[in-house]
This record gives sequence, structure tokens and C-alpha cells, in this order.
Amino acid sequence: MHQTIKKCYISVNVQKVDFDINSEIKKIKSNKIIGGIANFTGVVRNSGREKEELVSLELEHYPGMTEKAIMLICEDAQKRWNLNFIKVIHRVGRLFAGDNIVLVLTASAHRKEAFKSAEFIMDFLKSRAPIWKKEHYRTHSSWVQSKEEDELILNDW
Amino acid sequence: MKILYFSWLREKIGVPFEEVEVRSETVGDLIKELINQDHKYELAFEDIKSIRVAVDQKIIQDFNVSIKNAREVAFFPPMTGG
Repeated sequence: MHQTIKKCYISVNVQKVDFDINSEIKKIKSNKIIGGIANFTGVVRNSGREKEELVSLELEHYPGMTEKAIMLICEDAQKRWNLNFIKVIHRVGRLFAGDNIVLVLTASAHRKEAFKSAEFIMDFLKSRAPIWKKEHYRTHSSWVQSKEEDELILNDW
Repeated sequence: MKILYFSWLREKIGVPFEEVEVRSETVGDLIKELINQDHKYELAFEDIKSIRVAVDQKIIQDFNVSIKNAREVAFFPPMTGG
């Protein structure tokens, strides 16, 4: 899903397959007005919530709504900061420790707008994108619970 | 109307979605209508504060929102994306 609003190109993908950060950055850099690109990559980790080692992380989502919800977050970011590009790729399905989960790239003429908007998008993805994580261990599985602080942090924006 | 369930709510109800003839006019009434149908809904909706709702793929905060012309209603726990 993609669109251009006031010279800002926004692209959102929800996919099972991995993404290549370098090739995504290269695509953005082909536009010569960019002064800086902020890049956040979320990675599957052993959360340490359990004594056992994580076998896999399953990401369930709401097909149809997920991309729209992420696009709304990006539109909000575009309104707040002067951006040229926003790229979000969110993976779903079964992932393993060290795998990429999410990529947020924001590009602007100046660094501050890129940094701020990438952080804003990540904060909202946490509790506004219809995605649910389940941790699988050798002996059991458990749904990741949302954190109250993730909800409260949204009030700061 | 299509009713969808995600995460542990889907597991408790046992299906990812179902097509239901609905009489209720609001989200709140729909939850009551489901609970009256089967004990599994009562268990799933037990902790109502941890239930989030989307009507036609838009998150709603107020359970009094009308679902008269809705095509789909989704129930799920708080999201854990990112």
C-alpha cells in the first residue's frame, strides 16, 4: 500500500518474507533532495520473560486492517514533520531469534525530523497496529502482554 | 455479519471468524447476545477491560457505537505490534 501526500512518499508493507535494509535505503537515496534517513529495525530477541530459550515468535495480524492502521500512523507523522519518505515493513508469521520484525525508514532534508518521526511511528506501531505476538518455548507458549507504559507513552506525542 | 477474533480471544472461542445473524444494534449488545448464546463467549469476554474492538476495521473506544450497517466486527486483546 502506498501514496504520496504533499511530496512525501509513504509505503507500507505487511509480509512474511524478510526485507533488505540496504536495498530499501538505496531506493530512498535515489531521490537527491534527501538529507538524512533514520532507520529503526526491530529484531526478535530472547525476551528473558521465561527461563527457557525462545524457540520462535509468532506474529498474528488482522489482514486488511493492519496495512490501513499503519498507513494512518504514517499519515499522522507526515502531518507533524516535513518528510520526503516514510517506509514501514512489518513482518508477520513465525520468526526466530535474530530475525527482522519491523523496519521503519523516514527521510527528510534534516536529521531531527527523521529521528523524531521514526520514533513516533514505532511508538504507535506498538499499540495501534493490529498485531499480536506469541512466544513459543519448548514446553509451552504464551501471548505477549501489552505494556501499560507503551500506551501511556502515546500521550507524550 | 462477520465477527472476527484474534490472539487468545480466537483461541478461547475456537474459530478465527464466524458469520452470524445479529439482532444487536451496538457493540455492547452484541457482546451480551454472544454471551447468551454459549458459555465459551462468557469465558472469552470475562475480562471485558482487556477487550478491544474494531468495527469495519476501525478501532472504537465506546461500546455504544452502532453496528447496524457494519459488515464486520473484530474482538481482540490489546495489540503488541512493532
